[in-house]
Amino acid sequence: MRDVAVISFAQSAHVRSEEDRNEVEMLMPVVGDVLGKVDMTMADIGFTCSGSTDYLAGQAFSFVMTLDGVGPWPPIQESHVEMDGAWALYESWVKIQLGEIDTALVYCYSKSSPGDLPMVMTRQLDPYTAAPLWPDAISLAALQARALLDAGKITVEQMAEVAARSRRSAMDNPNAQLAWDRGVDELLKAPETIAPLRRHDCPPISDGVAAVVLAADGAARDRVERPAWIRGIDHRVESMHLGLRDLTDSVSTRLAGEKAGVAGGDLDVVELHAPFTHQELVLRSALGLDDHKNVNPSGGALAANPMMTAGLVRIGEVADRILAGEAGRGVAHATSGPCLQQNLVCVLEGNG
Amino acid sequence: MADLTLPAALRDVEAVRSVRTPARLDYRYTPGTATSRFLHAIEQKRIMGERCPVCRKVYVPPRGACPTDGVPTEEQVELPHTGTVTSFCVVNLQFYGQGMEIPYVSANILLDGSHLPIMHLIQEVQADKVRTGMRVEAVWVPDEEMGPTLESIKWFRPTGEPDVQVDIPGEDHGTGLGSWVGGSPPEDPRAAQTHGGDA
Amino acid sequence: MVIEYPFSRTTGPVIGAFLTGLRERMLVGSRGSDGRVHVPPVESDPLTGEAVSEIVEVGPAGEVTTWAWVNVPHAKHPLDRPFAWALIRLDGADTPMLHVVDAGSIDAMRTGLRVEPRWNDETEGSITDLACFVPVADGEDA
Repeated sequence: MRDVAVISFAQSAHVRSEEDRNEVEMLMPVVGDVLGKVDMTMADIGFTCSGSTDYLAGQAFSFVMTLDGVGPWPPIQESHVEMDGAWALYESWVKIQLGEIDTALVYCYSKSSPGDLPMVMTRQLDPYTAAPLWPDAISLAALQARALLDAGKITVEQMAEVAARSRRSAMDNPNAQLAWDRGVDELLKAPETIAPLRRHDCPPISDGVAAVVLAADGAARDRVERPAWIRGIDHRVESMHLGLRDLTDSVSTRLAGEKAGVAGGDLDVVELHAPFTHQELVLRSALGLDDHKNVNPSGGALAANPMMTAGLVRIGEVADRILAGEAGRGVAHATSGPCLQQNLVCVLEGNG
Repeated sequence: MADLTLPAALRDVEAVRSVRTPARLDYRYTPGTATSRFLHAIEQKRIMGERCPVCRKVYVPPRGACPTDGVPTEEQVELPHTGTVTSFCVVNLQFYGQGMEIPYVSANILLDGSHLPIMHLIQEVQADKVRTGMRVEAVWVPDEEMGPTLESIKWFRPTGEPDVQVDIPGEDHGTGLGSWVGGSPPEDPRAAQTHGGDA
Repeated sequence: MVIEYPFSRTTGPVIGAFLTGLRERMLVGSRGSDGRVHVPPVESDPLTGEAVSEIVEVGPAGEVTTWAWVNVPHAKHPLDRPFAWALIRLDGADTPMLHVVDAGSIDAMRTGLRVEPRWNDETEGSITDLACFVPVADGEDA
């Protein structure tokens, strides 16, 4: 296996609604930033892979138009996933392992503001038995929360603690969208929106962009002092039918964590892609991190949740801390599909 | 595929083979700063392109970035309402959502001074008389129907000027993909035509 | 800007059997190699991956295994008054299916609630032939 590292990460300041700029205009400064940090241009990049979904834009092949933002001429080696950028990173990592390239640019973005996001996300469900009912993303998450409460695995107080801690941590993150400091008691006074979830249990709707540069071996060592080496990366998916899954335990995260080698050492920082408070509790349990003290210092997806992007941001936030010498080893997680259906786990480390 | 045993009550009824699952989603679309500027100018009966600071090409409608260099294209360039047909097709088939009476002509039109053609309709000429190299001009909708939309241009019609030579994109410097016969470009694009190329 | 697709999807024999059942106001599932019955039916056995071979009748009643309460329904939701989403394990099935319960108020909802289907007057072979589920009158909870 080749040594592959994240050598650069950049993201936009995530906002509720980007009124003026389109996706290309949002992407260009972030791509400029991520390449500029390591003195690279597109000529230094062997492969470009992006993550996004056209359903957010309401326009077929909108991701092809976004390629204008990287200046794809002469023609570049390029791929795209209708997934979070974390999976675009995975595809790039695989391509580097094959020995075909040494560097890759990964970018992802979403403008969720134009559409009705919870309803847009229903289009990913089983088209015969679920999608025609239009079960929005919040309702499905609420089903999972109820199951966890019924099983006695979590309490609404614990959910509120996750909400409070995440938004408080976000106050130190200039790119976060929701940042505030409120106590659990105050939060629990709020009414349930889709019971048992309250507003604070849910993520914001965000427009945002993120990008990462991957480099292998010497290509990484030559460019940064402390590359954030990817020591393990794995992803697993569960059934499409909610009824076929145990919603109170994320077996796919557990397995991906084992394969990625999470338990192989101490973890200085953990970034979990948990758009809902109860999901952070499920993920902690699946990765054996119930008591970890440094989860989502960025605020996590509860502070900014650009679709197709929040997962790559988790990897980037861990990588940034390693690149800066603030952390030695960390784990980042990304999710896709309703109620944590598909999960990717990435272990990053600073030495070597 | 294995046979499927059904409960007794479903064995003798007609099986469902397909199901309608209509889906509708509403969007409030933001065109972005470049397209917004372009559409506001259209409303004033002005066609504005944007020039790339690196390759100096002018793009219309502009998208805010040069697709070759990946840099913002901010310099505004006002363009004439005339251009040349670089490619076209005659639509003879009815399809869902079609607004035009068939047959009609859809064309790529290179506006004078720009470097990427726009797509629009050709009218006021018989479909079988349209040709590459034909000179055309924009025809606008009545003033009261003008709006920030490319539909403010109803269509393009022939100007009556003589046809001009249309260069094939890439014929002077190639794409680097080695698709020419023998791997090298023709000496003179017109010479290639006399050897039996497209008229 | 409106994106509208008038999709008409072929079903295949397994989903077709489920939807035929709905048209006939009957609920069915698929029996897998280990004897477990899945609702909605699945085309391949979740354990062995082999094609499923048996469709069996289930329900009509069942129990709520988890639920969520919607105070303010969206225009696209199946009901236009406050309702519950629920996973409902029909009698005879081993896995629950997703639908809605017209319980009237959140106080009437609980995990374990016995519910039964309310069908549309006209059925066409679609998941929406089931208008919703309703609490079984005087039903004993699971």
